[in-house]
Amino acid sequence: MTDLLDSLLGGLALGAVYALVALGFVVIFKASGVLNFAHGSLLLLGGYLVAVLHDDLGFAGALALAVIVTAALAGALDRFLLQRGGHDAHSAHVQTIVTIGVDIVLLTELARRIGGDLLTLGDPWGDAVTELGPVTVADSRLAAIVVSAVVIGGVFALFRFTSWGLSLRAAAEDMEAAALMGVRLGRVRAGAWCLAGALAALAAVFLAAFPAPGLERTTGQIALNAFPAAILGGLASPTGALAGSLVIGLTEALVVGYQSELHVLGEGFGDVAPYAVMLLVLLVRPNGLFGAKGAARV
Amino acid sequence: MSDRITALLTRRRATLLTVAVLLCLPPFYLDAFWLRIGLFSMAAAIGAVGLALLSGTAGQLSLGHAFFLAVGAYGYTWLAGDPGPGLPTVVAVPLAVLMAGLAGGLFSPVAGRVKGIYLGIATLALVFLGHHVLLTAESVTGGFNGRSVPPLSLGGFTFTASDPELTVLGVPFGAEERLWFLGLALFALTWFTARGLLRSRPGRALAALRDSETAAAVMGVDVARHRSAAFVVSSMYAGLAGVLLALAFRRVVPDYFGLVLSVDYLAMIVVGGLGSVAGATAGAVFVTALPLLMTRYADQLPLVAAPGSAEGAVGPTEAARYLYGAAIVLVLLYAPDGLHGLARRARDRLRRRRTTPTSAPDPAVPSPPPPAAAARPKEHTP
Repeated sequence: MTDLLDSLLGGLALGAVYALVALGFVVIFKASGVLNFAHGSLLLLGGYLVAVLHDDLGFAGALALAVIVTAALAGALDRFLLQRGGHDAHSAHVQTIVTIGVDIVLLTELARRIGGDLLTLGDPWGDAVTELGPVTVADSRLAAIVVSAVVIGGVFALFRFTSWGLSLRAAAEDMEAAALMGVRLGRVRAGAWCLAGALAALAAVFLAAFPAPGLERTTGQIALNAFPAAILGGLASPTGALAGSLVIGLTEALVVGYQSELHVLGEGFGDVAPYAVMLLVLLVRPNGLFGAKGAARV
Repeated sequence: MSDRITALLTRRRATLLTVAVLLCLPPFYLDAFWLRIGLFSMAAAIGAVGLALLSGTAGQLSLGHAFFLAVGAYGYTWLAGDPGPGLPTVVAVPLAVLMAGLAGGLFSPVAGRVKGIYLGIATLALVFLGHHVLLTAESVTGGFNGRSVPPLSLGGFTFTASDPELTVLGVPFGAEERLWFLGLALFALTWFTARGLLRSRPGRALAALRDSETAAAVMGVDVARHRSAAFVVSSMYAGLAGVLLALAFRRVVPDYFGLVLSVDYLAMIVVGGLGSVAGATAGAVFVTALPLLMTRYADQLPLVAAPGSAEGAVGPTEAARYLYGAAIVLVLLYAPDGLHGLARRARDRLRRRRTTPTSAPDPAVPSPPPPAAAARPKEHTP
């Protein structure tokens, strides 16, 4: 029973972090129709900045600066590279591949700087734990759950109550009509990319915190696990991303927690379990759990 | 008029013959390093053509190509090797290709229904799950350390350094020289079948599907069936490329067939220009040869340190990755139709310059055809 609770809490924390990343994918996809393959290296950049700066600025200052820089880079990437390609669906596909090129350059540079090191982020939680009834939880996990909940709530409020959120939803609904109504697509898009970059930098902190050993050059790959999360929910649905992230996080934690019972599937199946779940869901619902099947007009 | 067509056909045949002869020359003049580059490029080209059929023509984005390459490579190794059925290697090659096709077919419930970016991520799952299987199923795949690949033997003639010893025109034929011709034959097979397929009825149905799914369905194209079929054919080409790669590497290891390889293949077809066989080939050569050449000539490049020098310096591998990433970005920003599109535009410009002065004095000469780039419908990317 304790094992189960342990796994569930761990899964919840993991899902909360995935949700930060997956929400980034969804925001970008909604605003620009692009699937951002450079998200993993943006995440790594955020973590790397915190790791380098926390000695001088303190953890909070380093995190704030990392979030701002990552957001600015993501926004600039969209504004100065991707938006040159135009706004239609055809160029969105091309831009998706451009992000692969950006990812290669950024990841190579960061991996070269990090090398084989394990960087500590100097986060205030350290390896402290809290007793919650029968289970022991790492403080960093509790922090991940709380911070993600607050931030995601804030993002949803942004969607719902600000004029930028309204513009974003309008642009996602019908780009041309939105442009005619005076929505500045370029700005809305760049804003969405900034938001996604900020979320990625924040997620990096929790991915590198205890019980993970620290930030390594491969930390960015964890962003890939948020792909299934975003797809699972339906790429254009923020709620779906949230649900998908929880499903993926819980699955991964449960598979790892019960590895001894699942040894038929081979060692390390936890790493690939998200993809197995995603395939099963796509078999039943090709547009994801919350994805709408749009009517096509010819 | 018919004279001109015949002339054109003869010229095309002559060009083809010249290219074929030129491609047969390298083993006589170049050393093993260059031959290996060529060999890897040919294998990559075969796989890239397969992906071009899927992404460029059917409009489907696939990141699962590495998986099908792995099925081909491991399929051949297992079928021809021990442990395994130990079949004759000549039989193992087509069977491995069929296995890759079968794997693609098994994926068709997803491939037929899921489209675009969703399919891209769904196929990502294949790469990760496949990698996991390769690591886990040790009795078949050899686990983390992989397996050595049995050399291909064709009726007593093996594609190895000796057995039988062979010297042609004073050049000793080792494994690279022999495999070069095998690769050339397989690439020719790929080239002609793929071009034929693109111009056939199913090929046109796929193009219609890419341009508008609804319109194609109204015209009587079975959407799900054609999508699945494109996926199967594409994975068979990938399987063939996998076999050739396995023969060239002489050892297969799971870590080679990862996400990076899939992304490389996607980059090949995009850099080359989507939807064309020639473009995919050009992209494959570019993406394959660039890092190998950079590593070899690292010491002569400015700003690049020799491998194994001071920590934190930009090594040749990194430099190649920078160039590679930048090439993808630049090609897509400035020439969204890739190297193929660049070549076509250059050719059109050349042809216009050549025809304009001659046609001016004589109005009877038919005016030059409009630039193909303008007449061509906008290409769709995955």
